[in-house]
Amino acid sequence: MIELALEAVTHVYPVGKVHALDGIDLRIAGGERVALIGQNGSGKSTLVRHLNGLLRPTSGRVLVAGADVRHATVAQLAHTVGLVFQDPDRQIFAGTVRAEVEYGPRNLGLRGPALRAAVDDALAAVGLEHEEKTNPYDLGASRRKLLALASVLAMGTPALVLDEPTTGQDERGVERVRSVIDAVHAAGRTLVAISHDMRFVAEAFDRIVVMRAGRIIADGTPAIVFGSDSWETLRSTYLEPPLAALLGARLGLGSTPTDASLVTALGATASS
Amino acid sequence: MLTLENVSYRYAGALRPSLREVTMTLRDGEIVGVVGPSEAGKSTLCLVAAGLAPRTVGGSLTGRTLLDGAESMSLAMYEMAARIGIGFENPGTQLSGVTVTVYEEVAFGPMNLGVARGEVVARTEAALRTLHIEDLSARDPARLSGGQQQLVAIAGLLAMAPAHLVLDEPTAQLDPAGTQLVSAAITTLARSGRSILIAEHKTDLLASVCDRVVALESGRVVLEGAAGAVLGDPRLRELGVSEPSAIRIRRLAAESGLRSGILEEALAAPATSL
Repeated sequence: MIELALEAVTHVYPVGKVHALDGIDLRIAGGERVALIGQNGSGKSTLVRHLNGLLRPTSGRVLVAGADVRHATVAQLAHTVGLVFQDPDRQIFAGTVRAEVEYGPRNLGLRGPALRAAVDDALAAVGLEHEEKTNPYDLGASRRKLLALASVLAMGTPALVLDEPTTGQDERGVERVRSVIDAVHAAGRTLVAISHDMRFVAEAFDRIVVMRAGRIIADGTPAIVFGSDSWETLRSTYLEPPLAALLGARLGLGSTPTDASLVTALGATASS
Repeated sequence: MLTLENVSYRYAGALRPSLREVTMTLRDGEIVGVVGPSEAGKSTLCLVAAGLAPRTVGGSLTGRTLLDGAESMSLAMYEMAARIGIGFENPGTQLSGVTVTVYEEVAFGPMNLGVARGEVVARTEAALRTLHIEDLSARDPARLSGGQQQLVAIAGLLAMAPAHLVLDEPTAQLDPAGTQLVSAAITTLARSGRSILIAEHKTDLLASVCDRVVALESGRVVLEGAAGAVLGDPRLRELGVSEPSAIRIRRLAAESGLRSGILEEALAAPATSL
């Protein structure tokens, strides 16, 4: 299990001198399942691009498994941290679904039965096992997105970063993503995801980090971050807790960030 | 008014039609939501409604599409563009790629429609204001985040001031605040008599803005009616469409055998922490 850490990281984009990250201290333990939330432009995507070396900090340090990434190449980091982009068309290029998923693990040196197994497992995880020979561009946008997820999943990296994994997915697609996240977590892999879907992050993650203007303004379990004590902080960056959290507070049931926790709390009051 | 009469549509080279015998009407001043599982035909319906399929996309269409009483196919492309706008899911597809500032990008549409210069300026500034992106005016559209590009693309559509607007997942890449801005913008447009067709996975958004909703499955309209009725229909979940939050909570409470009197009271208050 590998730990990911940012220490006093700033990142200034050369164009317009935009301070995308403004002093980030964040430690993600090995095997943790963390969601990053915040407005468009708050620095979430910039932050995660530091984890696999696509971006380098202007100041501060990024540590992957305790090692400063300054001394690692993007190719070396590719063995450790897999990043799935928000827009699948930025990463898809092969002529068939299978070839697309094979590319990553093959580059990491997998061959023969091991390669085949990695690809089979990844395709099955996202429900594309019957589309091996399909051209990726014959898949709809939502399944192309699942394909992009599979192709990074197949690399078996100990850490995985997902940028907006549920965008454009229907209910079943969201369930797929959720089951992939659960499986990745069960395998002890570290997982970081960016999302705007508050209900989804409350249900699928153990820890939520809230960003505003390049800084972290809240960090805790869903019950803490979506609890009424945090609402003012959320509002300061135009975020709303999920409906279940609002209802739980309104009914005096404490912090109920998920529908399931709300119903359980309601049941407890009804039976007492 | 936009009318589809018994429309079936097949992409060039496709084995099956993507739309089958679709009949629907979009009245002036109305917001109609389109839901359905992935690949049910939502984006195709948007392309057909906006007159881009088959005209630009190719493929074959049977049935009739009428725009304000005229056959869409009989209208020249520039006549269509002045009356009906379409916003794509991926703003990269939408942006012109030929402008170097957000301001020019938003002005690009009305300029091409031959709108007078003063009017172009007024519309551009109003659209930037509506979506709270005035401070992006001087930025390069290509160097914005996905969410910012989506707002710029929608501002460009607003500036063209079409009578009818078709939006394919307009908020896919937007944060909750951006989603709110888009929802407020289309509600205002509808009040001024414009009609809006909006395909979305975010059923909470549809529940708050739509008058009616149609649900598609395998290219067919399988549910159609008042927004509240369709979004509360249990069959929606079987289709693979996510329920609005309030509906889901009600269902889960009922499934746990809870009498929901106090839950209903809590739900009756506005769904906001403000």
